[in-house]
Amino acid sequence: MSVTYIDAIREAQEKLLRDDPRVFLYGQDIAGFGGAFKATKGLADQFPNRVFDAPISEDAMIGMAVGAAIEGMRPIVEMQFADFSSVAFNQIINQAATHFYRTGIPIPITVRLPSGGTPGSGPFHSQSMEGIYAQYPGLVVLTPATVSDAYHMLLDGVALDDPVIYCEHKFLYRWLKAKSINGDHLPIGQARITRPGKHASVVTYSAMVHEAVRAAERLAQDGWEIEVVDLRSVKPLDLDTILASVARTGRLLAVGEAFPWGGVTAEVIARVTEEGFHLLDAPPQRLNARDTPVPYHPKLWAAHRPTPESICEALRKLLSF
Amino acid sequence: MLRARILENKLSSLYKAGKIVGGVYLGRGQEAVSASLGTSLIQGTDFFAPLIRDQAGRTAFGEPLIDCTRTYLGSVLGPMRGRDGNIHRGRPSMGMPAMISHLGAQVPVVAGMLFAKRLQGTLAGRVGATCIGDGATSTGAFHEGINLAAIEKLPLVVVVANNQFAYSTPNSRQFACVDLIEKARGYGIGGFSVDGTDLLASASVISEAVRRAREGGGPQMVVARLLRLSGHGEHDDGSYVTTDIRSGHYGRDCIEVAMRQLVENGFASVDEIIKWQEQIVEEVQRAVAQAQQEPVPDPYHEDWTALATRFPLSQPITPSNAQ
Repeated sequence: MSVTYIDAIREAQEKLLRDDPRVFLYGQDIAGFGGAFKATKGLADQFPNRVFDAPISEDAMIGMAVGAAIEGMRPIVEMQFADFSSVAFNQIINQAATHFYRTGIPIPITVRLPSGGTPGSGPFHSQSMEGIYAQYPGLVVLTPATVSDAYHMLLDGVALDDPVIYCEHKFLYRWLKAKSINGDHLPIGQARITRPGKHASVVTYSAMVHEAVRAAERLAQDGWEIEVVDLRSVKPLDLDTILASVARTGRLLAVGEAFPWGGVTAEVIARVTEEGFHLLDAPPQRLNARDTPVPYHPKLWAAHRPTPESICEALRKLLSF
Repeated sequence: MLRARILENKLSSLYKAGKIVGGVYLGRGQEAVSASLGTSLIQGTDFFAPLIRDQAGRTAFGEPLIDCTRTYLGSVLGPMRGRDGNIHRGRPSMGMPAMISHLGAQVPVVAGMLFAKRLQGTLAGRVGATCIGDGATSTGAFHEGINLAAIEKLPLVVVVANNQFAYSTPNSRQFACVDLIEKARGYGIGGFSVDGTDLLASASVISEAVRRAREGGGPQMVVARLLRLSGHGEHDDGSYVTTDIRSGHYGRDCIEVAMRQLVENGFASVDEIIKWQEQIVEEVQRAVAQAQQEPVPDPYHEDWTALATRFPLSQPITPSNAQ
């Protein structure tokens, strides 16, 4: 018996609907059809009048959720793909994110973003938007990498009073399995040492945690002990855990699947350089996707995002200083 | 509407004297429409998302004058505490959301407030309303929001004040249909047109639209034709409005029309109206004086966080302990 990452997301939503009458689900094709990825399969039958199909109106979907949140509800909005949240950008960053600061009234909405690349998905069904949303004040941005985190962080995210951007990685949906949804259940805002090491730290999140672990396993054959830090939430960013890791290893590689200009990896490096410069024995490195739209063909896609091979190469360079 | 006009005249003077924090946006010429909507709504039951030219509707809905003067004069005691200004103010917990500058964006928000009430089983007898201008009818947010409300058959009333100019852009560069009310048919919702310079007509049509929504008739759109009698803001002289338009039918002042209507129909005498004006001038002076004496925000004591949650969390939040 095993649980997949998408099972965990579905289970969390089922629990939320069961336990909290304020929760409702809103998104395209999520009711009878169960969602494009089946993250809400069966929930409309189980919870009549709590799961609603939305028109193809991402802007209005978030605007509607904001209004419902003002009136005491806790909507979970499924964007069919993270990429389509660009249509809702105004409502997310101007309406939801500014509301508590402006008015003192919190907006507890959770926006689920099926994120990241899968082979053959192309430029508009593969994007990683966490860096963009993290840039705006007033949002919490979660990037679970494990089955247990997918479950607990969705529960915890919905319980927060703030708007939550929950980036779930599509590549992990069915590929990532665990024996159960139980785990260490760290609080939101706390990073995890996924794999301890002493020669270099890879700070990463979401699907790249697994690629980084693979890279670490390969380098272990040469005697290198690579520490992998899973940020879990990119905002808030757990700088304490990152700095503690860099203090142990003296070397930092930040890995992300998003585009290379700015973003989470740049933020990690900027903060470590600012507050932990004395801890660094080598120039901090970063590895991201390439600076092009996400390509369609699997061969191009595989070379567009960081891979165990490219992470190993970046680590070897880092270790050579 | 008289209260709004006198208040806004005062705001304009304060702006010209350099006493206002930020810009001033007036509803001059739109008071009859805005007040008609505000008086059709019930504070405590209904929702009202005003836009920038809705001082009259805000006042009629029950917003105290001091909320306005505090916000414009930068008092930290205002509803936005210096964190947002002028016409962006709101009291969402009292049914009046605080608008953002992006036009049309309040349409789905009001729909969502109504949707919440449906889920909570307390929608019956309730209405949500918002005002927008002709320019906002060109936005995606307007289309998406109204379409969503129509699908859900929510009691949403959208009042479009077609003041003929979006900032300086005339109707001819904004839409190609003959009349904006044609859009209502396209969305499958109720539609009404009215002369927005005529108080009695506006009150009658808008209250009817609100009644239909309240009684389960689904979303309603009212298009009121009028002319903005000031610039977009007080920084703008509105010189793009030609003399022909200004001297045309819609260039008449709805306040003057309203006063005539009140006297002719025996609702009020000229003396009574003069007495109202004197009372309001005093109320406005008091609200301005009070706000001017109040403290402004202090950056050294400002709570510089945009989140309701205080991180770091010492333990995981669970839905049960969060409630």
